[in-house]
Amino acid sequence: MTDTLAQYSLIAIYSAMAVYLIAFVTFTLDLAKRSAAATAVPVPAVKAEAAGSGGTAVLEREAPPAPVAPKRNQRFERVAYALTIVAWLLHVAGTVLRGVAAHRVPWANMFEFTLTASAIVVGVFVVVQIWLNLRYLGAYITGFALIVLGFGTVGFYVDVVPLPPALQSYWLIIHVFVASLGTAFFALGAGLSVVQLLQARREAGRFPSAKFLDTLPDSTRLENLAYRVNLVGFVFWTFTLIAGAIWAEHAWGRYWGWDTKEVWTFIIWTIFAGYIHARATRGWRGSRSAWLAIIGFVAVMFNFTVVNLFFKGLHAYSGL
Amino acid sequence: MSRPSDHIDSPAPPPKGSGINQPKLGPVGYLRFFWRQLTSMRTALFLLLLLAVAAVPGSLFPQRSSDPNGVIDYFTKNPDSAPVLDKLQLFDVYTSVWFSAIYLLLFVSLIGCVIPRTTHHIQALRGRPPRTPAHLGRLSAFVEVEAPGVEAAAAIDSARGLLRRSGYRVELYQGPELSVSAERGYLRETGNLVFHTALIGILISVGVGSGFGYTGQKVLVEGQAFANVRLSYDSINPGRFFNEAALPPYRIRLDDFSATYEEKNLNALGQPIDFSAAVTTYQGEGPGHKSVIKVNEPLRIDGNDVYLLGNGYAPSITVRDPTGKVVFSDQVPFLAQDANLTSLGVIKVPDGLADQLGMQGFFYPTAAKLESGALTSNHPDLQNPVLSLRVYKGDLGIDGGIAKSVYSLDTSEMTSIAGDTAGVPALELRPGQTVDIPGGLGTVTFDNLDPGAKDLLHSVARFASLDVHHDPTQGWVLFFAICVVLGLLTSLFIPRRRVWVKAVETDAGLRLEYAGLARGDDPGLESAVTEIARKHSEQLGLRLAP
Repeated sequence: MTDTLAQYSLIAIYSAMAVYLIAFVTFTLDLAKRSAAATAVPVPAVKAEAAGSGGTAVLEREAPPAPVAPKRNQRFERVAYALTIVAWLLHVAGTVLRGVAAHRVPWANMFEFTLTASAIVVGVFVVVQIWLNLRYLGAYITGFALIVLGFGTVGFYVDVVPLPPALQSYWLIIHVFVASLGTAFFALGAGLSVVQLLQARREAGRFPSAKFLDTLPDSTRLENLAYRVNLVGFVFWTFTLIAGAIWAEHAWGRYWGWDTKEVWTFIIWTIFAGYIHARATRGWRGSRSAWLAIIGFVAVMFNFTVVNLFFKGLHAYSGL
Repeated sequence: MSRPSDHIDSPAPPPKGSGINQPKLGPVGYLRFFWRQLTSMRTALFLLLLLAVAAVPGSLFPQRSSDPNGVIDYFTKNPDSAPVLDKLQLFDVYTSVWFSAIYLLLFVSLIGCVIPRTTHHIQALRGRPPRTPAHLGRLSAFVEVEAPGVEAAAAIDSARGLLRRSGYRVELYQGPELSVSAERGYLRETGNLVFHTALIGILISVGVGSGFGYTGQKVLVEGQAFANVRLSYDSINPGRFFNEAALPPYRIRLDDFSATYEEKNLNALGQPIDFSAAVTTYQGEGPGHKSVIKVNEPLRIDGNDVYLLGNGYAPSITVRDPTGKVVFSDQVPFLAQDANLTSLGVIKVPDGLADQLGMQGFFYPTAAKLESGALTSNHPDLQNPVLSLRVYKGDLGIDGGIAKSVYSLDTSEMTSIAGDTAGVPALELRPGQTVDIPGGLGTVTFDNLDPGAKDLLHSVARFASLDVHHDPTQGWVLFFAICVVLGLLTSLFIPRRRVWVKAVETDAGLRLEYAGLARGDDPGLESAVTEIARKHSEQLGLRLAP
C-alpha cells in the first residue's frame, strides 16, 4: 500500500514537472513578446523616483502603474499562469500522497523537503497574484521549481521509511514547515531583486536590448516589493531559528550548539538582518541592498544543498 | 530624530566641500568621533556582515565544542597545518578572540544606538504630534476636498474626532489656518526597541547561563543507579562559576532500556523506531518515582534536565583464574560503531592472574560473516549475538597512577595472545559460553542474563548514556527570544504615520487638505489618507470630488 501510494506520488510529481516545463517555455515566450510589444508601442521612459532629498522621512510614493503598453497581448502570460496552477495542483497532490504513504508530514528527509519547499515557493507565487501582479517572475519561479524537483527526484529520492526517534516530535511539523515558508519568500524576494538589478541597469541606459524590462515596474517599485517579501521571509526565518532552538533543547539537550546547520541558519539570519539595515542606511538602498538579498538566498540554497550533503553535523536527516 | 546620522530617516549631510572648516579635534572630540562612527548605521551593517562571514569557518573546520573527536581526527590527518589553524582559534571559532570582538563591538554599537533612541522615544510618547507643515501639498500622500459652506472649526473638530477614533494621537494647531496634527504607530518604534533590547538580553542570559550551568555525562547499564554528585559522572563540564553544592541531591536508576526496530518495512529493516529508558528517581527520603526518558522527552528533575542521547550493549563478562576463582566480573559498556550496533569495548584485568590481562572486544548483536571471513552485524537487535575478544598480556600501563580511558587499551607494553598478531584466532563467544584463555591463564565467560529463554533477545544488558544539563537562564533566553519575535512583528508591520487635516479659507469657500507622511516603510499610506478624507467628507455630508 505504502509503495503503491509512493509510486502514485512520484507519477504526480513527474507530471507536474512536465507541465512546469511547458509553463516555463510559455512564460519565456511571454517575456519575448513583451520585448516585441515594448518595441512596437514606445512607452514613456520610466521616470526614476526622485530620491528622498532631505526631509525626515522616506517618501515612498507608490510608483505610477507599470507603463504596460496599452494593448499588450497577454495570451501567453495567461496560458502560462494557468499551466503553472495546473502543475502546482499536481505538485501538491504528489506531495500530499507522499505524506499519506508515509503516514506523516511529507518533509522528513531531503527528497520530501524538496517537494514541500518547492510546492510552497510556487504556492506563494500563485497566491500572491491575487494582490500583486508578479507574473513576470513566472519563468524564474517555474524554472526554479523544475530544477529543484529535478534534483529532488534524481538525486535525493529515498523510499518511505519510518521516522527515527530524534525526529519524532511535533516540532518537526512546525520547525521544518516554517523554514520552507521562509525559503519560499526568500526565493520570491531574490527573483524580484534580480529583476530590480536588471531594471536599474536598464534605467541607467546600459541594457538597450532588454526591452521587456519596459513592461515591468521601475526599479524603486521592484525594490519595495522585494523588501516587503523578504521581510516576511525574515520573520519566518527568525521563527525557524527559535523553534529549532527549542526543539534542539528537547532532543539534543541544548538549545544552541553551533552545529553546522545552526551556523548556516545563523549566517542567513545575519545576512538578512544586514539587508534590512542596509535598506535603512544612506548609500546602501537600491542595488547594494539587492545584492545582499540575493547573497542571502544563495546562502539559503547552500545551506540546503552543500551543508546537508557534505558538512558533518547533527542535522543528518537527508536520508541519503 | 535620534537615529544615527547616516540612517535614511535622518537629515542628509551637507554636501562635501560646502566650505565648513572642521575645528581641530581634541581627545574628547576624537572619542566622540569614534563613538559616532561605532554607533553609525554603516558600522552596524559592516559588523553584521562581518559576523556572518566570521561564522563560516566554524562550519568548515571541526569545532571542539560540538565535535571534539573531529578535531583530534583533523590533527592526526593534518599534523602540519592543524597547529597553525589552532593558533588562529579555528577549532574554537565561537569563543575565539576575533569572533568575540566582532559580536561585542556589534553589541556595543547596538547599545549605543538603542539608549538614545529609547530616551527619544519616551519623550515622543509623552509629547504631542508636531506642528502642521505650511505646505501640505508637497507631501507624498495628499488629497484636497472643496467644502463650501462648512465651518472651519466644525470641520477640524470632526476630523479630530475621526482621527482619534482611528487610533491617532491628535493635537489642534492654529497657524494662519486651523489644522489638526495626528500621529499613530508609536508601537512600531517600541517594537523595534524591544527587538534590539531583547537581543542584548539573549546575549547576557547566554553568558550568565554558561557561567553557572553545567553538563554531565553518565553511562548507566540496566539495573545501575547513579547519585547526582560530581564524582559519579563519567565526565562533567562545569561553567566558570560552578559550585559543587549547586548539584541537587537525587538518584536515578535505570530499570530497563528498550529499543524497538522496524521489522515490516523492507526499505528500513532494523531502523530504530523507539528508544525508551524506564527509570526510577529518588529525591530526598521519599519512595522512588517511575518515569520514562525518550529521545525527544527529557526528564526534568530538580532544575536539571536529563536527556537520552545514546545507547548500546554492555556484555557481562566474567574472568576466572585456573582454579576457578573469579578475578573479574562486570557489565562492560561497548560503544556502538555503526547503525547495526557493531560495538567496541575494552576489558582490563589488572589483578588476580599470573599476568595483567587486556582484552579488546567486538560485539555483534546479529553476527554475520562477510565474504572475507570477518564478522559484521546486520541488525541492531540481539538475534545472533557474538562477542569476539583479542587478548593481550603484559603491562596495562595503569600502575603509574595516570588516569587512562576505560574505552581504550594501550598495547605498547603487552603481547598479543589471541587475535591480532598472536597466531591464535581471537576468542569467539556466544552468551553462556566459556572458553580458555591461551597460555593457561584461566577462562573467560560471556554471561547469558536470560538463560532460561528460548531466544537470546534478552541475553545481554543494554546501557543508556544520559546527559544531565543545568542551564539556569534557559527560560530567560526563551523569554527574550519571544520578545525578539514580537518586537520584530510590530516593528516591521505596524505603520508609523503622521496625518494632517487643514482647513484653508479661500474665496470660493472652505477647502480641506489631507496629507500623510510615512516614518519608515509604509506601503499603505496613500490609501490611508484617501480613506480618512472619504470618511471625513461623509461625516460632513460632502461628496468627495473624484
